[in-house]
Amino acid sequence: MSKKLKAAIIGPGNIGTDLLMKMQRSEWIEPVWMVGIDPESEGLKRAAEMGIKTCATGVDGLLEHVIADDIRVAFDATSAYVHAENSRKLNELGVIMIDLTPAAIGPYCVPPVNLEAHAKNLEMNVNMVTCGGQATIPMVAAVSRVQPVEYGEIIATVSSRSVGPGTRQNIDEFTRTTAGAVEKVGGARKGKAIIVINPAEPPLIMRDTIHCLTESEPDQAAITESVHAMVKEVQKYVPGYRLVNGPVFDGNRVTCFMEVEGLGDFLPKYAGNLDIMTAAGLRTAEMFAEEVSNGTITLPERG
Amino acid sequence: MNLNGKKVTLHDMSLRDGMHAKRHQISLDEMVNIATGLDEAGMPLIEVTHGDGLGGTSVNYGFPAHSDEEYLGAVIPKMKNARVSALLLPGIGTVDHLKMAKDLGVSTIRVATHCTEADVSEQHIGMAARMEMDTVGFLMMAHMVSPEKILEQARLMVSYGANCIYATDSAGYMLPDDVTARIGLLRAELPANVEVGFHGHHNLGMGIANSLAAIEAGASRVDGSVAGLGAGAGNTPLEVFCAVLDRMGVETGIDLYKIMDVAEDRVFPIMDQPIRVDRDALTLGYAGVYSSFLLFAQRAEKKYGIQARDILVELGRRGTVGGQEDMIEDLALTMAREKGLL
Repeated sequence: MSKKLKAAIIGPGNIGTDLLMKMQRSEWIEPVWMVGIDPESEGLKRAAEMGIKTCATGVDGLLEHVIADDIRVAFDATSAYVHAENSRKLNELGVIMIDLTPAAIGPYCVPPVNLEAHAKNLEMNVNMVTCGGQATIPMVAAVSRVQPVEYGEIIATVSSRSVGPGTRQNIDEFTRTTAGAVEKVGGARKGKAIIVINPAEPPLIMRDTIHCLTESEPDQAAITESVHAMVKEVQKYVPGYRLVNGPVFDGNRVTCFMEVEGLGDFLPKYAGNLDIMTAAGLRTAEMFAEEVSNGTITLPERG
Repeated sequence: MNLNGKKVTLHDMSLRDGMHAKRHQISLDEMVNIATGLDEAGMPLIEVTHGDGLGGTSVNYGFPAHSDEEYLGAVIPKMKNARVSALLLPGIGTVDHLKMAKDLGVSTIRVATHCTEADVSEQHIGMAARMEMDTVGFLMMAHMVSPEKILEQARLMVSYGANCIYATDSAGYMLPDDVTARIGLLRAELPANVEVGFHGHHNLGMGIANSLAAIEAGASRVDGSVAGLGAGAGNTPLEVFCAVLDRMGVETGIDLYKIMDVAEDRVFPIMDQPIRVDRDALTLGYAGVYSSFLLFAQRAEKKYGIQARDILVELGRRGTVGGQEDMIEDLALTMAREKGLL
């Protein structure tokens, strides 16, 4: 039996609650605290009912318990505006921060592509990019690990019901952050991201299209094999990640059409975009825990 | 219908919506030639960008012959009286594109969202209004929801700073009564200093009739396209509309013979295919599908052997919205596999 790392979740909204439900099944991470700012919030009540300690005074209220409860990892599911402060305060106490906001003060993390490197370096703050990024960047990387990708473009189509007010007020953040990570993590020389919100009822399952333009003629067999292998990697933490069509080859264009169905823990199954964020965040923390257990990395010392 | 004495601002789409019909390949010379012709004819507003708006350049929608900067930079300095507008779809373009357009001399920004998703436009409408641009909220696929829903979404855009709201018939699906209901409610309920506009497509041959209904219901801006150059069966053909408005006594400030000449001598010769209500464009209007899907569906038909009409009808059934061009190849592949063609 492995030694579980103890965790706090900051932000008891849809994402935080879904994360908590997934964490309760984890072999590597044990949820201990749920942190909010409104004592009346449904999310804190739910967490308390699930047997988790709750705190309604924000991260400041958590700080005094960090050492006593041996909190080693925190998930920030609040907003980009408060993330930097949350991260600074918890990093000081030796808590690894998994950033589910678009703040992106730490390096981007897309688990099957670069998580291992971040874990081995004991990065104290990693950013989970965006839902669209988690769903598509593995496919860009699957092509770019075979041969150079001149240009990578992703189109994420999500149901209207699954897009919260934060994303809506700052939709440019989605396109910029995702495009940046298509380059930095996906390995495309130039990246572009497009998001389309669809209000159809019943809500559509998240779908994503990934176009890569390769520098030279694509090696069809090698890319097809790489894409299928990468899909399997993502399916380890998001079983509903599916290649619907492709890879399609058209000149130097390589295109994959994906669908992402969630597990339906707290968020409905169509909200694969939210599910892939929580699943990737948890997978990231689990990898850190595994590396600690293997002795590859050592957590910050505590007296 | 009595529209005598009304005034309307016409807005040409041939160099933006027309980009769809030209696969975004209009040359700089062609653009300047058409825009100067329109300027001389008295067209007050001309839209210039990629068909999918600022930042639309992509595999998904098509790479244009030139960047938005190049098109705007070529056209704007040549305008004597006409003002130039740019379209921006949040999720595709960003406020960075908006600032670029403003710096190049764009006077009117039109921020377009699906008709139920106005709240993604707050950043962009707010920024344009703060820069004191003529700021338009553009509610696409307006046939898909009730007039009351359109009004609710319009109010959001007005609250962000829009000074004009469009009900946009992106699919060319509406009939005149649909237009009257939407434009009429917007005009009755929005503040008097907020203008109301209508953008039509000719997929059911209703471009002129719908635009007249819009004016009667209170629209003071109406989009069209010289020679109809636009997505699907094109937009309301402006030279025809000008002739009709002239006979009905509506003031447009446009010289009819000059705009007829622009259509015939400058726009028609650059068309890659006749802009007409062909079988597939008719399907767009009949099934309520986004007009720029037309050429993508026709290309998928050629490549995968599935009739464009069948693809378009299925896209309509699934409730696809503007921007989902990637769905077309995906769906064609799935349909081809189901038919045993792959």
